[in-house]
Amino acid sequence: MKRVYVNEKWCLGCHLCEYNCAFANSGMTDMVKALKDKPIYPRVHIEQSDDITYAVSCRHCKDPLCVKSCIAGAISIVDGVVKIDKTKCVGCLTCVLVCPYGAVRPGPTGAAQKCELCLENSCGEPACVKGCPNNAIVYEERQEEK
Amino acid sequence: MIDQYIYPEFEVVRNQNRCISCRVCERQCANEVHRYDTDLGVMLSDETKCVNCQRCVSLCPTHALKIVKSDCRLRENANWSDQTIKEVYKQANSGGVLLSSMGNPTPLPVYWDKILINASQVTNPPIDPLREPMETKVFLGKKPEKVLRRASGELITQMPPQIELSMPVMFSAMSYGSISYNAHASLARAATELGICYNTGEGGLHEDFYCYGENTIVQVASGRFGVHKNYLEAAAAVEIKMGQGAKPGIGGHLPGAKIVGDISRTRMIPEGSDAISPAPHHDIYSIEDLRQLVYSLKEATDYKKPVIIKVAAVHNIAAIASGIARSGADIIAIDGFRGGTGAAPTRIRDNVGIPIELALAAVDQRLRDEGIRNNVSLVVGGSVRSAADVVKAVALGADAVYVATAALLALGCHLCRTCHSGKCNWGIATQRPDLVKRLNPDIGSRRLVNLMNAWRHEIKELMGAMGINSIECLRGNRLMLRGVGLTAKELEILGISHAGE
Repeated sequence: MKRVYVNEKWCLGCHLCEYNCAFANSGMTDMVKALKDKPIYPRVHIEQSDDITYAVSCRHCKDPLCVKSCIAGAISIVDGVVKIDKTKCVGCLTCVLVCPYGAVRPGPTGAAQKCELCLENSCGEPACVKGCPNNAIVYEERQEEK
Repeated sequence: MIDQYIYPEFEVVRNQNRCISCRVCERQCANEVHRYDTDLGVMLSDETKCVNCQRCVSLCPTHALKIVKSDCRLRENANWSDQTIKEVYKQANSGGVLLSSMGNPTPLPVYWDKILINASQVTNPPIDPLREPMETKVFLGKKPEKVLRRASGELITQMPPQIELSMPVMFSAMSYGSISYNAHASLARAATELGICYNTGEGGLHEDFYCYGENTIVQVASGRFGVHKNYLEAAAAVEIKMGQGAKPGIGGHLPGAKIVGDISRTRMIPEGSDAISPAPHHDIYSIEDLRQLVYSLKEATDYKKPVIIKVAAVHNIAAIASGIARSGADIIAIDGFRGGTGAAPTRIRDNVGIPIELALAAVDQRLRDEGIRNNVSLVVGGSVRSAADVVKAVALGADAVYVATAALLALGCHLCRTCHSGKCNWGIATQRPDLVKRLNPDIGSRRLVNLMNAWRHEIKELMGAMGINSIECLRGNRLMLRGVGLTAKELEILGISHAGE
């Protein structure tokens, strides 16, 4: 399955992925209208410390802790993609707590949200990948880890 | 008196209606122009630091930024230009030599733009390169004077060493140190994929790039940095750098601050020591001395590699080239006064040397007149900007051209001409690890390959229009060129007729 991977070597920490993600998931057609003077809720986050920067988003684990821990049955795996059903989420944020990567975060409505590979939003392909100026974020098939 | 205040050269214009305060501009500016004010909730800029490299403009996701030339001007004076007066202020402030980077930006004539190319009509019809085979391959090196046969009548096909290029273009010398590891990696990978050569410049060859040796020209310059047996043996050819178009008669100086880690190891000098390339080669004061170096390099490489001698285009270039052609060198590279550099004194860059078009025409003619043109191949550089310039250079007599500025542009360079600050926001002319990583060689090499493939297509189109299907038939074919707006003397030197003749 194609996943979003990050090559830390090329990540510049410019945070463009966060803004492209927030825009792609806003449902709007104009970035300024979507993001200006508003808090943003991206599904990819730059982790940084000194000289190292790294974009973190959902790994779409084979055996995800978030799915196991969800008390409302809102998180499921559809064709390998881990998805959150916002209408079922009760906002307990247990998934945020258990995700070992810190890839799940609360969204604007209180429901948890995470990267769903831009498969269903207006972007159609991972916006973080498309907008990365240095090819640090890639969307590709890799050998599955054992 | 305190330092004379000089109003910033550029203004940062931010469309606040579009700015979403994502702070990409702030994070991407090594000159620290942009900052976010948490109290006001807006992005602010300090224009005194802006060099107009356009990194922020390129990366702004909402296109809210533009950089414009400041219109704050000193009182108009046709003799004392704004620029001239400010340079006086700068020197009165600092007491130093003015430094610049990249090529000469002054409005001196560009002869390429005053030369037009022929096309076939009716007789000798044009050729469609999409339907017919077109040859752009060239071989650089000494060519035999005549066809030789053995007693049995068999042809002797043994040739002096040659460089084979898939098209008459090479990436010219830029040292590891003046440009980054990733810039070198991009050039090396692109040259290999394209079947052309790149040039190490005087910075040695990084151990990671020996695998690209067949497409590498290694340079031996006055500082002899990084020169050793394996270095010479790894390459396709060895270049002796006598001069550089951007700064003829001037050496080089890479500050000790940049001599760190791999650069120190590759140059074979201690960390932190200044890398000073003297203006002259201290062992070369005549053509005979030059010949000694040529032959010691040939000896060291078992006579298997062509030796290139690179000189800047200066007043007596034809006589100089004639001497070089007799020194045993296989290739002469001439660098015109618009050639780029990582750092040069402004006065030298802008006032020393001559246009490459005139130098090339003069040298080609002189070598032909003396019957020694086949002794050497001619490579010219110093602002070859497009496929049309390549075609004009070949028609004026060049075997191939060197491009560097165009290659850097493909890598992201915006010609802000502040390489000497070491803070290149595009990851090219810098050694700061956080900036170097901005140039991903996967992207860089792909863009270089794209550029050269595009030029190759255009060269074929131009050749096809002239009814020529091999670049070899174009070389020195000055009948294919006409001048516009040139004086009789200029036309005489270029060896071309005026348009309409």
